[in-house]
Amino acid sequence: MADVALATRDVPTPEFQTVRTPDPHPRPTKVKADNVKVFYGQKQALNGVSIDIPVKSVTAFIGPSGCGKSTFLRCLNRMNDTIDGCRVEGEILLDNRDIYDASLDVVELRARVGMVFQKPNPFPKSIFDNVAYGPKIHGLARSKAELEEIVVSSLQKASLFNEVKDRLHEPGTGLSGGQQQRLCIARTIAVSPDVILMDEPCSALDPIATAKVEELIDELRENFTIVIVTHSMQQAARVSQRTAFFHLGTLVEEGPTDHVFTNPSERRTQDYITGRFG
Amino acid sequence: MSETALTGPVDWTSDQAAGRRRSRHAANRRLQFYGIAAISTAVGLLGILIATLVIGGYPAFFQTKLTIDFPIKAEYVDAADPAAGNYRNVVRDALRELAPEATTPAQQRQLGQLLTNNAQFFVRDAVVANPSVIGRTLTLTLPAADPIDQLNKGLIDRDLPESQRRVNDLQLGYYDTLVAGGRVSAPFNWALFFNSDSRFPELAGLAGAITGSFYALLICFLISFPVGIAAAIYLEEFAPRNRWTYLIEVNINNLAAVPSIVFGLLGLAVFIQIFGIPRSAPLAGGMVLALMTLPTMIIVTRNALKAVPPSIREGALGVGASKHQVIMHHVLPLALPGILTGTIIGLAQALGETAPLLLVGMNAFITSPPGGILEASTALPTQIFIWADSPERGFTSRTSAGILVLLGFLIVMNGIAIFLRQRLERRW
Amino acid sequence: MVGYSLLLIVILSLVAYYVGRGSARRFAGGAGSDKVHSLPGYHGAFIAVWVGIPAFVLVVLWASFQGAMLDNLVISSLPQAFTDGKSPAELNLALSEIRNLASGRIFGEPAPEIRAAAERLLAWQHIASWAMVVVAAALMILVLVFARTRIAPRFRARNNVERVLSALMVFCSVVAILTTVGIIVSLLYESIAFFRLVPIHEFLFGLKWEPQIAIRADQVAGAGAFGAVPVFAGTLLISAIALIVAIPIGLFTAIYLVEYADDRVRNVVKPIMEILAGIPTVVFGFFAVLTVAPAIREAGGLMGIATSPNSALAAGFVMGIMIIPFISSLSDDALRSVPRAMRDGSLAMGATASETMTKVLLPAALPGIMGGILLAASRAIGETMIVVMAAGLIATLTINPMDSVTTVTVQIVSMLIGDTSFDSPKTLAAFALGLVLFIVTLGLNILALQIVKKYREQYE
Repeated sequence: MADVALATRDVPTPEFQTVRTPDPHPRPTKVKADNVKVFYGQKQALNGVSIDIPVKSVTAFIGPSGCGKSTFLRCLNRMNDTIDGCRVEGEILLDNRDIYDASLDVVELRARVGMVFQKPNPFPKSIFDNVAYGPKIHGLARSKAELEEIVVSSLQKASLFNEVKDRLHEPGTGLSGGQQQRLCIARTIAVSPDVILMDEPCSALDPIATAKVEELIDELRENFTIVIVTHSMQQAARVSQRTAFFHLGTLVEEGPTDHVFTNPSERRTQDYITGRFG
Repeated sequence: MSETALTGPVDWTSDQAAGRRRSRHAANRRLQFYGIAAISTAVGLLGILIATLVIGGYPAFFQTKLTIDFPIKAEYVDAADPAAGNYRNVVRDALRELAPEATTPAQQRQLGQLLTNNAQFFVRDAVVANPSVIGRTLTLTLPAADPIDQLNKGLIDRDLPESQRRVNDLQLGYYDTLVAGGRVSAPFNWALFFNSDSRFPELAGLAGAITGSFYALLICFLISFPVGIAAAIYLEEFAPRNRWTYLIEVNINNLAAVPSIVFGLLGLAVFIQIFGIPRSAPLAGGMVLALMTLPTMIIVTRNALKAVPPSIREGALGVGASKHQVIMHHVLPLALPGILTGTIIGLAQALGETAPLLLVGMNAFITSPPGGILEASTALPTQIFIWADSPERGFTSRTSAGILVLLGFLIVMNGIAIFLRQRLERRW
Repeated sequence: MVGYSLLLIVILSLVAYYVGRGSARRFAGGAGSDKVHSLPGYHGAFIAVWVGIPAFVLVVLWASFQGAMLDNLVISSLPQAFTDGKSPAELNLALSEIRNLASGRIFGEPAPEIRAAAERLLAWQHIASWAMVVVAAALMILVLVFARTRIAPRFRARNNVERVLSALMVFCSVVAILTTVGIIVSLLYESIAFFRLVPIHEFLFGLKWEPQIAIRADQVAGAGAFGAVPVFAGTLLISAIALIVAIPIGLFTAIYLVEYADDRVRNVVKPIMEILAGIPTVVFGFFAVLTVAPAIREAGGLMGIATSPNSALAAGFVMGIMIIPFISSLSDDALRSVPRAMRDGSLAMGATASETMTKVLLPAALPGIMGGILLAASRAIGETMIVVMAAGLIATLTINPMDSVTTVTVQIVSMLIGDTSFDSPKTLAAFALGLVLFIVTLGLNILALQIVKKYREQYE
């Protein structure tokens, strides 16, 4: 792996051409990335990724570890800004607005593009306060009753309400791993984002909790545009409508999920999916 | 519950939302500003502290000196016994020659106050060292008295009315005469490093304090270094994990936070009262400092030992070395740079400690460097304390200078520690 | 003499090492050398440690107690006529005169009894010192000869040496415990003596502190001059001022360094804080006297507030500067040990840096920060030099920061500085204050370490 990576980076390759397969029934584009490059200090982590992410559907990013899929995901709500020495080039449009434009407030962007992390990270507060955090800071509720309504409906949408309704004021850290992750999803949807980014949301969970979260993702795409990074190809196949395959910092192939999994156009995609590397 | 408008799409672009965001960003900038203000305050205070010391201490590194011709008359000094001569008169006559206009005894007394009080002893020592000058004229460059020193450094305002000035008009006139005669100079004040304490600021120096600090640190090192390393090795490598060793560990951590003055009380009650070590001796001070440094020594040594990877221990055990051999031959040498770094930092802390030394009496007025660890002595920080308490003006500047010397030692020690850490410490 | 004895010990130990190694080499090289258990060097070390260590212990003990024993001997050798009707304090005075005389410092015209005693003391000191050297040398040679006979091919010299080394290491780690015990015992011993003169409740709850007046024993009980409440109050006032100065500056510094500063700023600010932390307290004390106190006095004068030249504010303010780095580094640690995922989670919700800090990181780090503040408070209470130089000597019961107050540590130093006889109530009171200081700071430290430890476990 490492040797391959070195080799490709040493040789200046011509601009890589992503193989794209359009949807049979194309949806409008929510997020459009054009030639996005990311640098960590001197090191280039992403070499020119372009992709259109359709609205109200699930797009999965797959690929071996270190391929840049998480890096790209973190560009979509500018979480890379929090890393010292990280630089992003190229253009990312959310509803046709450049998210790296100086006039756009990163606070607004992150409210509209929520994120769920690999490891559940509830705040050390009560379940209620965890979900109420976003609406409170963004001023989405005019009254206490409204806030409660938002919290309850978010927990319901995250299919967690029934499990926690009797202990809303107990610490969120006391829940099981799967519940914690659903709490984080509830926390994210409480601010009604347009897009939810999920960075391997099930990798720290057991199979039963994973199934629940996957089920939830499937429900959520009714209302949200979802981008999910996953290690598990089965998961990508189960939950996503479109799949993008990353390798060594480039987007190799993207297309409808069943196409990518059953009939990939690129040899590298096929090698990865059939388990020859990764 | 049905889909409500509340959790539906939010209008992020409304004026209300934009206004809210503005105030949130303002709150963010406020917190950032508080942070910058706090750091600027801390840095500013440190700057003021150092500036005060440098501005106040700088003049003390130079000493105003007067070059005066002393006629060594045979009537005052007997060649057979030069040490017993009447050097008071020698000095008096020499000054009189400089300012023949001073005729009344009052005027002559004012004149005499230009030179350091001990001028006669300087002349005596010079004559004793070289008796051939008897009958001839001896030219010496001697420290000026403190007020003249201050005047020459521009620290006394000549325009003040005489009653508020430490140098009266008469002395001012004599001083100007000396300046006109080219007899006033201000060379580097080596006496600051080579003299010991004195009642007269112009003669006071740090030699005794530096020697005392050296002896005390030596004792501190000789005790805390071996004991600290041995204790750390035991606790880190040999000790079973039980309540007894837990007690020792808790005890060491707490000992590190016991106020230093309590160690001083211990030293006074045990080392001086029970063991009968003489008061003010560097031995007592050093032993107290050793007990204070011990927790630091143990903690840094344990950290250095912890940093040696277990693979090295396993490798050595694997070729049949005993546990002692593993530690003595492999672990300890690898941990040594870390231990040395910590030791120097611990000793630097000990060098700056004052309170416990006060209690064991190392704030005595001692005019010569100690000849050994049992002789009464001061230490650098206690000397600074003594000078800071002295009423004479000249000591204010000496105090700052003493502090600069102390800080200089600390900077050198910490510099060595940083150098060692960067050069020798290994990363696994 | 002690020096010579130690030199002798080193020399004889070296001799012992070579003797041991030499005799071990004789059989090590010869036939059947595979049966030799330990390397020759260990045989040498075996003899050396047994020769050196007991002799070293003997010399140290001898030197520690020789003075006290000789004092007793001298006192008991004084003629009956001379000692009759003398109080212990007077006898002590006589003893120190004898000691001074013996070491060649003569003041005035000593009494003939004193002169004779001094001569005796001198002679005994001479004998005792030589006796120490002779006894130590004899002990070492005896051990050397005996240990030499133990050297044999199958003798487990290495195990023996290692056992001795282990015992030494155990002893060294017990030194820390002995120090604590020493502190407690010496403080308790003197304090109990003090509480015999002044009832403990009067000391702890009395409102009047005038030890300078109560030097004569007959004045103590009635005058009630040892009520330490004003001293405690002064300590708390100055410490509180210090914390009020240091907590905001230290905490905001930590917040800025954790949340806003980039590496460049951090690499500048952190060393500056370390410099501030490394400055000896006597320097801060001088700064307080020379710069801060006059400045505060002037400012007070401009505002028409009566300000004491050694106001509590000046001492407290400078003490605050001293503990800024302490609070900032402990808060920095506490904030940094909150997992990064918390911070990312909050930022990803669209929270600003300040919201993340005040609503997520600070609440999560609060126990750690509290622990740090408690440690800082214990530092402030035990700090000596700044208050000795900048605070007052007179115990006033006030909460006005412009007034002059005194502290526990100031009183300890002022009562013990200079030569006072050891059993006057004034001296003993210093130990009673020391005991209170020790107990309070120890309590704060244990509490703080406990909080910090619990908090660390939460995230590990």
